[in-house]
Amino acid sequence: MKAVLRNSWRAALLPVAVILVAQIAATVTQLESDSLASPLAIVSAFFSILADGSLMRATQDTLMAAFCGCVLGVCAGSLLGVVLGLFRLADDLLDLTIELLRPVPVVALIPVVMMLLGFGARMEIVIIALGLLWPSVVLARAAVKDVEPRLMEVSAVLQLRFSARLTKIVLPAILPQLFMSLKLAAGYALVVAVTVEITANPFGLGYGIMMAQQALRPAEMFAYLIWIGAIGWLVSLMLDAVQRRFFPAFSRGETR
Amino acid sequence: MAMTQAILQAGRNEMAGSVLRADEPRIRIRDVTLSYGALQIIGGISIDIAPGESICVIGPSGCGKTTLLRMLAGLARPTSGAVELDGSVLGGPDRSVAIVFQDYGKALLPWRTAAGNVSLALEARGCPAKERPAIIRELLEKIGLGRHADKYPSEMSGGMQQRLQIARCLAQEPKVLLMDEPFGALDAMTRQALQDEVLSLVATTGATMVFVTHDLEEAIYLGDRIVCLQPNPGRVGRMVDVRLARPRDQLVTREDPEFLRLRRELYDLIKDDHQ
Repeated sequence: MKAVLRNSWRAALLPVAVILVAQIAATVTQLESDSLASPLAIVSAFFSILADGSLMRATQDTLMAAFCGCVLGVCAGSLLGVVLGLFRLADDLLDLTIELLRPVPVVALIPVVMMLLGFGARMEIVIIALGLLWPSVVLARAAVKDVEPRLMEVSAVLQLRFSARLTKIVLPAILPQLFMSLKLAAGYALVVAVTVEITANPFGLGYGIMMAQQALRPAEMFAYLIWIGAIGWLVSLMLDAVQRRFFPAFSRGETR
Repeated sequence: MAMTQAILQAGRNEMAGSVLRADEPRIRIRDVTLSYGALQIIGGISIDIAPGESICVIGPSGCGKTTLLRMLAGLARPTSGAVELDGSVLGGPDRSVAIVFQDYGKALLPWRTAAGNVSLALEARGCPAKERPAIIRELLEKIGLGRHADKYPSEMSGGMQQRLQIARCLAQEPKVLLMDEPFGALDAMTRQALQDEVLSLVATTGATMVFVTHDLEEAIYLGDRIVCLQPNPGRVGRMVDVRLARPRDQLVTREDPEFLRLRRELYDLIKDDHQ
Protein backbone atom coordinates (compact mmCIF):
# COMPACT_ATOMS: atom_id res chain seq x y z
CA MET A 1 0.00 0.00 0.00
CA LYS A 2 2.86 2.34 0.89
CA ALA A 3 4.43 1.75 -2.47
CA VAL A 4 1.13 2.64 -4.11
CA LEU A 5 1.03 5.96 -2.26
CA ARG A 6 4.67 6.73 -2.95
CA ASN A 7 4.11 6.25 -6.66
CA SER A 8 0.65 7.78 -6.77
CA TRP A 9 1.83 11.25 -7.83
CA ARG A 10 3.44 9.70 -10.89
CA ALA A 11 0.28 7.73 -11.63
CA ALA A 12 -1.80 10.92 -11.25
CA LEU A 13 0.31 12.87 -13.74
CA LEU A 14 -1.46 11.72 -16.89
CA PRO A 15 -5.10 12.15 -15.75
CA VAL A 16 -4.35 15.58 -14.28
CA ALA A 17 -2.61 16.65 -17.48
CA VAL A 18 -5.53 15.44 -19.62
CA ILE A 19 -8.03 17.35 -17.48
CA LEU A 20 -5.93 20.52 -17.63
CA VAL A 21 -5.50 20.34 -21.40
CA ALA A 22 -9.22 19.66 -21.86
CA GLN A 23 -10.15 22.63 -19.68
CA ILE A 24 -7.69 24.94 -21.46
CA ALA A 25 -8.92 23.77 -24.86
CA ALA A 26 -12.56 24.26 -23.83
CA THR A 27 -11.86 27.74 -22.49
CA VAL A 28 -9.83 28.80 -25.50
CA THR A 29 -12.36 27.53 -28.04
CA GLN A 30 -15.32 28.65 -25.86
CA LEU A 31 -16.77 25.19 -26.22
CA GLU A 32 -20.50 25.03 -27.00
CA SER A 33 -21.31 21.43 -27.91
CA ASP A 34 -24.05 18.78 -27.73
CA SER A 35 -21.50 15.99 -27.36
CA LEU A 36 -18.54 17.39 -25.40
CA ALA A 37 -18.23 19.29 -22.16
CA SER A 38 -15.43 21.07 -20.28
CA PRO A 39 -14.15 19.55 -17.05
CA LEU A 40 -15.55 22.46 -15.04
CA ALA A 41 -18.99 21.99 -16.60
CA ILE A 42 -18.80 18.27 -15.79
CA VAL A 43 -17.94 19.05 -12.16
CA SER A 44 -20.83 21.46 -11.85
CA ALA A 45 -23.21 18.95 -13.50
CA PHE A 46 -21.97 16.34 -11.04
CA PHE A 47 -22.82 18.54 -8.09
CA SER A 48 -26.24 19.39 -9.44
CA ILE A 49 -27.25 15.70 -9.90
CA LEU A 50 -25.71 15.01 -6.51
CA ALA A 51 -27.76 17.82 -4.94
CA ASP A 52 -31.11 16.77 -6.40
CA GLY A 53 -30.58 13.19 -5.14
CA SER A 54 -30.84 11.55 -8.55
CA LEU A 55 -27.19 10.42 -8.57
CA MET A 56 -27.36 8.75 -5.19
CA ARG A 57 -30.64 7.01 -6.01
CA ALA A 58 -29.24 5.72 -9.30
CA THR A 59 -26.02 4.62 -7.60
CA GLN A 60 -27.94 2.79 -4.94
CA ASP A 61 -30.13 1.01 -7.53
CA THR A 62 -27.17 -0.06 -9.66
CA LEU A 63 -24.98 -1.18 -6.77
CA MET A 64 -27.83 -3.06 -5.15
CA ALA A 65 -28.60 -4.93 -8.37
CA ALA A 66 -24.92 -5.60 -9.04
CA PHE A 67 -24.35 -6.80 -5.48
CA CYS A 68 -27.35 -9.12 -5.39
CA GLY A 69 -26.63 -10.49 -8.86
CA CYS A 70 -22.98 -10.97 -7.97
CA VAL A 71 -23.66 -12.82 -4.74
CA LEU A 72 -26.37 -14.93 -6.34
CA GLY A 73 -24.34 -15.80 -9.44
CA VAL A 74 -21.05 -16.48 -7.66
CA CYS A 75 -22.69 -18.55 -4.91
CA ALA A 76 -24.77 -20.65 -7.29
CA GLY A 77 -21.90 -21.01 -9.74
CA SER A 78 -19.32 -21.90 -7.10
CA LEU A 79 -21.66 -24.44 -5.55
CA LEU A 80 -22.22 -26.11 -8.89
CA GLY A 81 -18.50 -25.88 -9.65
CA VAL A 82 -17.60 -27.60 -6.37
CA VAL A 83 -20.07 -30.40 -7.09
CA LEU A 84 -18.66 -30.84 -10.59
CA GLY A 85 -15.12 -30.79 -9.23
CA LEU A 86 -15.89 -33.44 -6.63
CA PHE A 87 -18.06 -35.80 -8.64
CA ARG A 88 -16.72 -37.10 -11.90
CA LEU A 89 -20.16 -38.35 -12.91
CA ALA A 90 -21.81 -34.94 -12.55
CA ASP A 91 -18.97 -33.39 -14.50
CA ASP A 92 -19.33 -35.90 -17.33
CA LEU A 93 -23.10 -35.36 -17.43
CA LEU A 94 -22.99 -31.56 -17.49
CA ASP A 95 -19.73 -30.76 -19.24
CA LEU A 96 -21.16 -30.51 -22.76
CA THR A 97 -24.21 -28.54 -21.61
CA ILE A 98 -22.03 -26.02 -19.83
CA GLU A 99 -19.68 -25.65 -22.77
CA LEU A 100 -22.70 -24.97 -25.00
CA LEU A 101 -24.29 -22.43 -22.65
CA ARG A 102 -21.08 -20.65 -21.68
CA PRO A 103 -20.42 -18.79 -24.94
CA VAL A 104 -23.95 -17.27 -25.07
CA PRO A 105 -23.32 -13.56 -24.46
CA VAL A 106 -25.16 -12.43 -21.37
CA VAL A 107 -26.48 -9.39 -23.26
CA ALA A 108 -28.38 -11.79 -25.50
CA LEU A 109 -30.34 -12.89 -22.44
CA ILE A 110 -31.75 -9.41 -21.83
CA PRO A 111 -34.81 -9.80 -24.13
CA VAL A 112 -35.51 -13.31 -22.82
CA VAL A 113 -35.34 -12.40 -19.16
CA MET A 114 -37.23 -9.17 -19.80
CA MET A 115 -40.07 -11.15 -21.38
CA LEU A 116 -40.23 -13.37 -18.31
CA LEU A 117 -39.76 -10.81 -15.55
CA GLY A 118 -40.53 -7.42 -17.07
CA PHE A 119 -38.57 -4.30 -16.10
CA GLY A 120 -37.09 -3.71 -12.70
CA ALA A 121 -34.43 -4.78 -10.27
CA ARG A 122 -35.38 -8.45 -10.34
CA MET A 123 -34.75 -8.82 -14.06
CA GLU A 124 -31.42 -7.02 -13.79
CA ILE A 125 -30.29 -9.19 -10.86
CA VAL A 126 -31.18 -12.36 -12.75
CA ILE A 127 -29.23 -11.28 -15.84
CA ILE A 128 -26.17 -10.37 -13.78
CA ALA A 129 -26.37 -13.67 -11.91
CA LEU A 130 -26.66 -15.61 -15.18
CA GLY A 131 -23.69 -13.72 -16.58
CA LEU A 132 -21.54 -14.64 -13.58
CA LEU A 133 -22.78 -18.20 -13.25
CA TRP A 134 -20.61 -19.96 -15.82
CA PRO A 135 -17.32 -18.22 -15.07
CA SER A 136 -17.86 -19.06 -11.38
CA VAL A 137 -18.64 -22.68 -12.22
CA VAL A 138 -15.48 -23.03 -14.27
CA LEU A 139 -13.22 -21.35 -11.67
CA ALA A 140 -14.63 -23.32 -8.73
CA ARG A 141 -14.43 -26.60 -10.63
CA ALA A 142 -10.81 -25.96 -11.57
CA ALA A 143 -10.00 -24.98 -7.96
CA VAL A 144 -11.48 -28.20 -6.57
CA LYS A 145 -9.63 -30.31 -9.11
CA ASP A 146 -6.47 -28.45 -8.08
CA VAL A 147 -6.71 -29.39 -4.41
CA GLU A 148 -3.51 -31.19 -3.43
CA PRO A 149 -4.22 -34.91 -4.00
CA ARG A 150 -2.09 -35.72 -0.97
CA LEU A 151 -4.61 -33.86 1.21
CA MET A 152 -7.43 -35.91 -0.26
CA GLU A 153 -5.43 -39.03 0.64
CA VAL A 154 -4.94 -37.74 4.16
CA SER A 155 -8.68 -37.24 4.48
CA ALA A 156 -9.26 -40.74 3.09
CA VAL A 157 -6.83 -42.31 5.56
CA LEU A 158 -8.53 -40.42 8.41
CA GLN A 159 -11.86 -41.71 7.08
CA LEU A 160 -13.37 -38.23 7.18
CA ARG A 161 -17.06 -38.18 6.35
CA PHE A 162 -18.06 -36.38 3.17
CA SER A 163 -19.28 -33.29 5.05
CA ALA A 164 -16.06 -33.08 7.04
CA ARG A 165 -13.99 -33.60 3.91
CA LEU A 166 -15.86 -30.71 2.30
CA THR A 167 -15.69 -28.26 5.21
CA LYS A 168 -12.25 -29.17 6.57
CA ILE A 169 -10.26 -29.91 3.43
CA VAL A 170 -11.87 -28.81 0.17
CA LEU A 171 -13.48 -25.50 1.11
CA PRO A 172 -10.50 -24.09 3.04
CA ALA A 173 -8.22 -25.19 0.22
CA ILE A 174 -10.22 -23.41 -2.48
CA LEU A 175 -11.25 -20.34 -0.45
CA PRO A 176 -8.55 -18.08 -1.94
CA GLN A 177 -9.62 -19.06 -5.46
CA LEU A 178 -13.28 -18.52 -4.60
CA PHE A 179 -12.48 -15.04 -3.37
CA MET A 180 -10.48 -14.39 -6.52
CA SER A 181 -13.53 -15.46 -8.49
CA LEU A 182 -15.71 -13.08 -6.45
CA LYS A 183 -13.28 -10.24 -7.12
CA LEU A 184 -13.39 -10.78 -10.87
CA ALA A 185 -17.16 -11.17 -10.70
CA ALA A 186 -17.67 -7.85 -8.88
CA GLY A 187 -16.12 -5.88 -11.73
CA TYR A 188 -18.05 -7.85 -14.31
CA ALA A 189 -21.32 -7.44 -12.38
CA LEU A 190 -21.01 -3.66 -12.60
CA VAL A 191 -20.40 -3.87 -16.35
CA VAL A 192 -23.46 -6.06 -16.89
CA ALA A 193 -25.62 -3.90 -14.60
CA VAL A 194 -24.83 -0.71 -16.53
CA THR A 195 -25.27 -2.53 -19.84
CA VAL A 196 -28.72 -3.77 -18.86
CA GLU A 197 -29.68 -0.28 -17.70
CA ILE A 198 -28.47 1.34 -20.90
CA THR A 199 -30.16 -1.15 -23.20
CA ALA A 200 -33.38 -1.93 -21.35
CA ASN A 201 -33.97 -1.13 -17.72
CA PRO A 202 -35.28 2.37 -16.81
CA PHE A 203 -33.21 2.27 -13.70
CA GLY A 204 -29.83 3.11 -12.17
CA LEU A 205 -26.65 4.74 -13.46
CA GLY A 206 -26.85 3.31 -16.97
CA TYR A 207 -30.31 4.78 -17.40
CA GLY A 208 -29.01 8.09 -16.03
CA ILE A 209 -26.27 8.20 -18.65
CA MET A 210 -28.79 7.36 -21.39
CA MET A 211 -31.19 10.06 -20.29
CA ALA A 212 -28.44 12.68 -20.14
CA GLN A 213 -27.33 11.74 -23.64
CA GLN A 214 -30.85 11.85 -25.04
CA ALA A 215 -31.51 15.20 -23.38
CA LEU A 216 -28.31 16.50 -24.99
CA ARG A 217 -26.69 17.25 -21.67
CA PRO A 218 -23.08 16.11 -22.29
CA ALA A 219 -21.75 17.48 -19.00
CA GLU A 220 -24.21 15.34 -17.04
CA MET A 221 -23.45 12.34 -19.25
CA PHE A 222 -19.72 12.61 -18.57
CA ALA A 223 -20.42 13.16 -14.86
CA TYR A 224 -22.26 9.82 -14.79
CA LEU A 225 -19.53 8.13 -16.81
CA ILE A 226 -16.71 9.27 -14.54
CA TRP A 227 -18.78 8.40 -11.47
CA ILE A 228 -19.31 4.84 -12.77
CA GLY A 229 -15.57 4.50 -13.34
CA ALA A 230 -14.87 5.79 -9.83
CA ILE A 231 -17.28 3.31 -8.28
CA GLY A 232 -15.72 0.39 -10.13
CA TRP A 233 -12.30 1.52 -9.00
CA LEU A 234 -13.40 1.86 -5.35
CA VAL A 235 -15.02 -1.58 -5.35
CA SER A 236 -11.89 -3.21 -6.71
CA LEU A 237 -9.66 -1.32 -4.21
CA MET A 238 -11.88 -2.54 -1.39
CA LEU A 239 -11.79 -6.16 -2.53
CA ASP A 240 -8.01 -5.95 -3.01
CA ALA A 241 -7.68 -4.78 0.59
CA VAL A 242 -9.86 -7.63 1.82
CA GLN A 243 -7.83 -10.11 -0.22
CA ARG A 244 -4.55 -8.79 1.17
CA ARG A 245 -5.91 -9.04 4.67
CA PHE A 246 -7.29 -12.59 4.47
CA PHE A 247 -5.27 -14.27 1.73
CA PRO A 248 -1.88 -12.56 1.90
CA ALA A 249 0.00 -15.41 0.27
CA PHE A 250 -2.47 -15.54 -2.58
CA SER A 251 -2.36 -11.83 -3.47
CA ARG A 252 1.44 -11.97 -3.35
CA GLY A 253 1.37 -14.86 -5.76
CA GLU A 254 -0.94 -12.93 -8.03
CA THR A 255 1.35 -9.93 -8.44
CA ARG A 256 4.49 -11.99 -8.81
CA MET B 1 18.81 -68.45 -8.67
CA ALA B 2 15.39 -66.85 -8.55
CA MET B 3 13.92 -70.32 -8.21
CA THR B 4 15.98 -71.24 -5.16
CA GLN B 5 15.18 -67.90 -3.62
CA ALA B 6 11.49 -68.49 -4.14
CA ILE B 7 11.75 -71.87 -2.43
CA LEU B 8 13.79 -70.39 0.40
CA GLN B 9 11.16 -67.69 0.63
CA ALA B 10 8.31 -70.16 0.87
CA GLY B 11 10.19 -72.01 3.62
CA ARG B 12 10.71 -68.83 5.52
CA ASN B 13 7.04 -67.91 5.28
CA GLU B 14 6.07 -71.32 6.63
CA MET B 15 8.47 -70.93 9.49
CA ALA B 16 7.14 -67.47 10.26
CA GLY B 17 3.63 -68.87 10.14
CA SER B 18 4.37 -71.60 12.65
CA VAL B 19 6.03 -69.18 15.03
CA LEU B 20 3.14 -66.75 14.86
CA ARG B 21 0.33 -69.25 15.11
CA ALA B 22 -0.01 -68.46 18.80
CA ASP B 23 -1.02 -64.85 18.15
CA GLU B 24 -2.54 -63.85 14.83
CA PRO B 25 -0.44 -61.59 12.60
CA ARG B 26 -1.48 -57.95 12.72
CA ILE B 27 -1.04 -57.69 8.98
CA ARG B 28 -1.18 -60.57 6.55
CA ILE B 29 -0.25 -59.77 2.98
CA ARG B 30 -1.70 -62.68 1.03
CA ASP B 31 -0.22 -63.26 -2.43
CA VAL B 32 -0.90 -59.69 -3.48
CA THR B 33 -0.46 -58.54 -7.06
CA LEU B 34 -1.15 -55.17 -8.64
CA SER B 35 -1.27 -54.33 -12.34
CA TYR B 36 -2.04 -51.18 -14.28
CA GLY B 37 -3.38 -52.58 -17.53
CA ALA B 38 -0.73 -54.90 -18.92
CA LEU B 39 1.96 -53.51 -16.62
CA GLN B 40 2.44 -55.59 -13.51
CA ILE B 41 3.82 -53.47 -10.65
CA ILE B 42 3.57 -56.03 -7.85
CA GLY B 43 3.85 -59.70 -8.66
CA GLY B 44 2.75 -61.88 -5.78
CA ILE B 45 3.95 -60.70 -2.39
CA SER B 46 3.16 -62.59 0.83
CA ILE B 47 4.33 -61.33 4.20
CA ASP B 48 3.01 -61.83 7.73
CA ILE B 49 3.72 -59.09 10.21
CA ALA B 50 3.31 -59.74 13.93
CA PRO B 51 1.83 -57.15 16.30
CA GLY B 52 4.50 -54.74 17.49
CA GLU B 53 6.96 -55.85 14.82
CA SER B 54 8.96 -53.32 12.83
CA ILE B 55 9.48 -54.21 9.20
CA CYS B 56 11.69 -52.21 6.89
CA VAL B 57 11.20 -52.48 3.14
CA ILE B 58 14.15 -51.79 0.89
CA GLY B 59 14.82 -52.30 -2.77
CA PRO B 60 15.89 -50.48 -5.91
CA SER B 61 13.66 -47.70 -7.20
CA GLY B 62 10.69 -48.99 -9.18
CA CYS B 63 10.42 -52.19 -7.18
CA GLY B 64 7.00 -51.24 -5.79
CA LYS B 65 7.99 -50.26 -2.24
CA THR B 66 5.64 -47.30 -2.14
CA THR B 67 2.88 -49.16 -3.99
CA LEU B 68 3.06 -51.93 -1.42
CA LEU B 69 2.76 -49.38 1.37
CA ARG B 70 -0.19 -47.70 -0.34
CA MET B 71 -1.94 -51.04 -0.47
CA LEU B 72 -1.36 -51.50 3.25
CA ALA B 73 -2.86 -48.03 3.78
CA GLY B 74 -5.91 -48.97 1.71
CA LEU B 75 -5.08 -46.24 -0.82
CA ALA B 76 -4.45 -48.75 -3.60
CA ARG B 77 -6.39 -51.92 -4.22
CA PRO B 78 -4.59 -55.17 -5.04
CA THR B 79 -5.50 -56.66 -8.41
CA SER B 80 -5.51 -60.08 -6.80
CA GLY B 81 -4.79 -61.37 -3.32
CA ALA B 82 -5.62 -59.38 -0.22
CA VAL B 83 -4.24 -57.46 2.69
CA GLU B 84 -5.67 -58.54 6.03
CA LEU B 85 -5.66 -56.44 9.16
CA ASP B 86 -6.28 -58.48 12.32
CA GLY B 87 -7.79 -61.26 10.25
CA SER B 88 -10.25 -59.21 8.20
CA VAL B 89 -9.65 -58.07 4.63
CA LEU B 90 -8.73 -54.40 4.26
CA GLY B 91 -11.26 -52.89 1.82
CA GLY B 92 -10.03 -49.30 1.98
CA PRO B 93 -8.36 -46.80 4.28
CA ASP B 94 -8.73 -47.53 7.98
CA ARG B 95 -8.13 -45.07 10.79
CA SER B 96 -6.15 -47.63 12.73
CA VAL B 97 -3.56 -47.65 9.94
CA ALA B 98 -1.68 -44.35 9.81
CA ILE B 99 0.69 -43.35 7.03
CA VAL B 100 3.47 -40.80 7.10
CA PHE B 101 4.14 -39.48 3.61
CA GLN B 102 7.54 -38.41 2.41
CA ASP B 103 6.31 -35.04 1.10
CA TYR B 104 5.32 -33.60 4.48
CA GLY B 105 4.83 -30.17 2.88
CA LYS B 106 1.88 -31.45 0.86
CA ALA B 107 0.39 -33.68 3.54
CA LEU B 108 -0.20 -30.89 6.10
CA LEU B 109 -3.07 -28.39 6.00
CA PRO B 110 -1.32 -25.07 5.34
CA TRP B 111 -4.25 -23.09 6.79
CA ARG B 112 -4.10 -24.82 10.17
CA THR B 113 -1.51 -24.38 12.90
CA ALA B 114 0.50 -27.31 14.25
CA ALA B 115 -2.15 -27.82 16.91
CA GLY B 116 -4.89 -27.59 14.29
CA ASN B 117 -3.22 -30.18 12.09
CA VAL B 118 -3.03 -32.66 14.96
CA SER B 119 -6.60 -31.79 15.83
CA LEU B 120 -7.77 -32.96 12.40
CA ALA B 121 -7.03 -36.58 13.31
CA LEU B 122 -8.81 -36.17 16.66
CA GLU B 123 -11.84 -34.62 14.95
CA ALA B 124 -11.83 -37.52 12.51
CA ARG B 125 -12.11 -40.11 15.25
CA GLY B 126 -14.81 -38.14 17.05
CA CYS B 127 -12.74 -37.07 20.03
CA PRO B 128 -14.79 -34.55 22.09
CA ALA B 129 -13.66 -30.94 21.63
CA LYS B 130 -13.02 -30.54 25.37
CA GLU B 131 -10.46 -33.33 25.45
CA ARG B 132 -8.58 -32.29 22.33
CA PRO B 133 -6.30 -29.52 23.69
CA ALA B 134 -4.76 -31.77 26.35
CA ILE B 135 -4.13 -34.60 23.87
CA ILE B 136 -2.69 -32.19 21.30
CA ARG B 137 -0.37 -30.66 23.90
CA GLU B 138 0.82 -34.08 24.99
CA LEU B 139 1.45 -35.28 21.44
CA LEU B 140 3.29 -32.14 20.37
CA GLU B 141 5.33 -32.31 23.58
CA LYS B 142 6.18 -35.94 22.89
CA ILE B 143 7.43 -35.23 19.37
CA GLY B 144 9.36 -32.11 20.40
CA LEU B 145 7.03 -29.44 19.04
CA GLY B 146 5.67 -28.31 22.42
CA ARG B 147 6.69 -24.71 21.89
CA HIS B 148 5.46 -24.53 18.30
CA ALA B 149 1.76 -25.36 18.68
CA ASP B 150 0.64 -22.04 17.19
CA LYS B 151 2.98 -22.06 14.20
CA TYR B 152 1.76 -22.71 10.69
CA PRO B 153 3.52 -25.38 8.61
CA SER B 154 4.98 -22.65 6.38
CA GLU B 155 6.76 -21.25 9.45
CA MET B 156 8.41 -24.58 10.27
CA SER B 157 11.56 -26.33 9.03
CA GLY B 158 11.29 -29.58 7.10
CA GLY B 159 12.20 -31.61 10.17
CA MET B 160 9.52 -29.88 12.25
CA GLN B 161 6.92 -30.42 9.54
CA GLN B 162 7.72 -34.12 9.40
CA ARG B 163 7.50 -34.29 13.21
CA LEU B 164 4.11 -32.66 12.94
CA GLN B 165 2.93 -35.21 10.41
CA ILE B 166 4.08 -38.00 12.74
CA ALA B 167 2.22 -36.33 15.63
CA ARG B 168 -0.96 -36.25 13.55
CA CYS B 169 -0.54 -39.94 12.73
CA LEU B 170 -0.08 -40.73 16.42
CA ALA B 171 -3.30 -38.82 17.15
CA GLN B 172 -5.08 -41.51 15.13
CA GLU B 173 -3.91 -43.97 17.83
CA PRO B 174 -2.88 -46.34 15.04
CA LYS B 175 -2.26 -50.03 15.44
CA VAL B 176 -0.10 -49.85 12.33
CA LEU B 177 2.25 -47.04 11.41
CA LEU B 178 3.27 -46.92 7.76
CA MET B 179 6.18 -44.72 6.78
CA ASP B 180 7.06 -43.94 3.18
CA GLU B 181 10.69 -42.79 3.09
CA PRO B 182 9.75 -40.25 5.75
CA PHE B 183 13.24 -38.88 6.34
CA GLY B 184 14.55 -39.01 2.77
CA ALA B 185 14.39 -35.26 2.32
CA LEU B 186 15.91 -34.34 5.70
CA ASP B 187 19.51 -33.61 6.64
CA ALA B 188 21.58 -36.31 8.33
CA MET B 189 21.41 -34.96 11.89
CA THR B 190 17.65 -34.40 11.81
CA ARG B 191 17.21 -37.83 10.28
CA GLN B 192 19.10 -39.55 13.10
CA ALA B 193 17.17 -37.64 15.76
CA LEU B 194 13.87 -38.62 14.14
CA GLN B 195 14.95 -42.24 13.77
CA ASP B 196 15.50 -42.43 17.52
CA GLU B 197 12.18 -40.74 18.20
CA VAL B 198 10.34 -43.15 15.94
CA LEU B 199 12.03 -46.06 17.73
CA SER B 200 10.94 -44.81 21.12
CA LEU B 201 7.40 -44.04 19.88
CA VAL B 202 7.04 -47.51 18.45
CA ALA B 203 8.41 -49.00 21.67
CA THR B 204 6.02 -47.02 23.91
CA THR B 205 2.88 -47.34 21.76
CA GLY B 206 3.48 -50.94 20.73
CA ALA B 207 2.48 -50.04 17.19
CA THR B 208 3.39 -52.26 14.28
CA MET B 209 5.57 -50.39 11.82
CA VAL B 210 6.23 -50.81 8.13
CA PHE B 211 9.00 -48.48 7.10
CA VAL B 212 9.96 -47.97 3.47
CA THR B 213 13.41 -46.57 2.85
CA HIS B 214 16.21 -46.64 0.30
CA ASP B 215 18.78 -46.21 3.07
CA LEU B 216 20.18 -49.65 4.04
CA GLU B 217 21.60 -48.46 7.35
CA GLU B 218 18.31 -46.85 8.30
CA ALA B 219 16.54 -50.12 7.55
CA ILE B 220 18.94 -52.11 9.74
CA TYR B 221 18.84 -49.54 12.52
CA LEU B 222 15.04 -49.43 12.73
CA GLY B 223 13.86 -52.90 11.73
CA ASP B 224 13.22 -56.26 13.33
CA ARG B 225 13.08 -57.68 9.86
CA ILE B 226 14.06 -56.34 6.47
CA VAL B 227 12.17 -57.15 3.31
CA CYS B 228 14.24 -56.74 0.16
CA LEU B 229 12.06 -56.25 -2.88
CA GLN B 230 13.15 -57.01 -6.43
CA PRO B 231 11.76 -55.12 -9.40
CA ASN B 232 9.86 -56.02 -12.59
CA PRO B 233 7.45 -56.98 -11.17
CA GLY B 234 7.94 -56.12 -7.49
CA ARG B 235 8.38 -59.27 -5.39
CA VAL B 236 10.13 -60.33 -2.22
CA GLY B 237 13.74 -61.13 -3.04
CA ARG B 238 14.86 -61.90 0.45
CA MET B 239 13.84 -61.51 4.05
CA VAL B 240 16.52 -60.79 6.62
CA ASP B 241 16.08 -60.88 10.38
CA VAL B 242 17.83 -58.16 12.33
CA ARG B 243 19.13 -59.52 15.62
CA LEU B 244 20.39 -56.33 17.20
CA ALA B 245 19.74 -55.43 20.82
CA ARG B 246 17.10 -52.83 21.71
CA PRO B 247 17.03 -50.05 22.63
CA ARG B 248 19.29 -49.13 19.76
CA ASP B 249 21.88 -46.43 19.86
CA GLN B 250 23.18 -44.38 16.97
CA LEU B 251 26.83 -45.04 17.85
CA VAL B 252 26.83 -48.42 19.60
CA THR B 253 24.37 -50.14 17.30
CA ARG B 254 25.99 -48.85 14.14
CA GLU B 255 29.39 -50.17 15.32
CA ASP B 256 28.01 -53.59 16.22
CA PRO B 257 29.69 -56.31 14.08
CA GLU B 258 26.25 -57.74 13.33
CA PHE B 259 25.16 -54.32 11.98
CA LEU B 260 28.21 -54.22 9.71
CA ARG B 261 27.64 -57.79 8.59
CA LEU B 262 24.00 -57.04 7.72
CA ARG B 263 25.00 -53.92 5.87
CA ARG B 264 27.43 -55.93 3.79
CA GLU B 265 24.84 -58.62 3.12
CA LEU B 266 22.13 -56.19 2.07
CA TYR B 267 24.53 -54.14 0.02
CA ASP B 268 25.54 -57.20 -1.99
CA LEU B 269 21.89 -58.12 -2.43
CA ILE B 270 20.83 -54.70 -3.73
CA LYS B 271 23.92 -54.50 -5.93
CA ASP B 272 23.00 -57.80 -7.58
CA ASP B 273 19.53 -56.41 -8.33
CA HIS B 274 20.98 -53.38 -10.02
CA GLN B 275 23.10 -55.45 -12.40
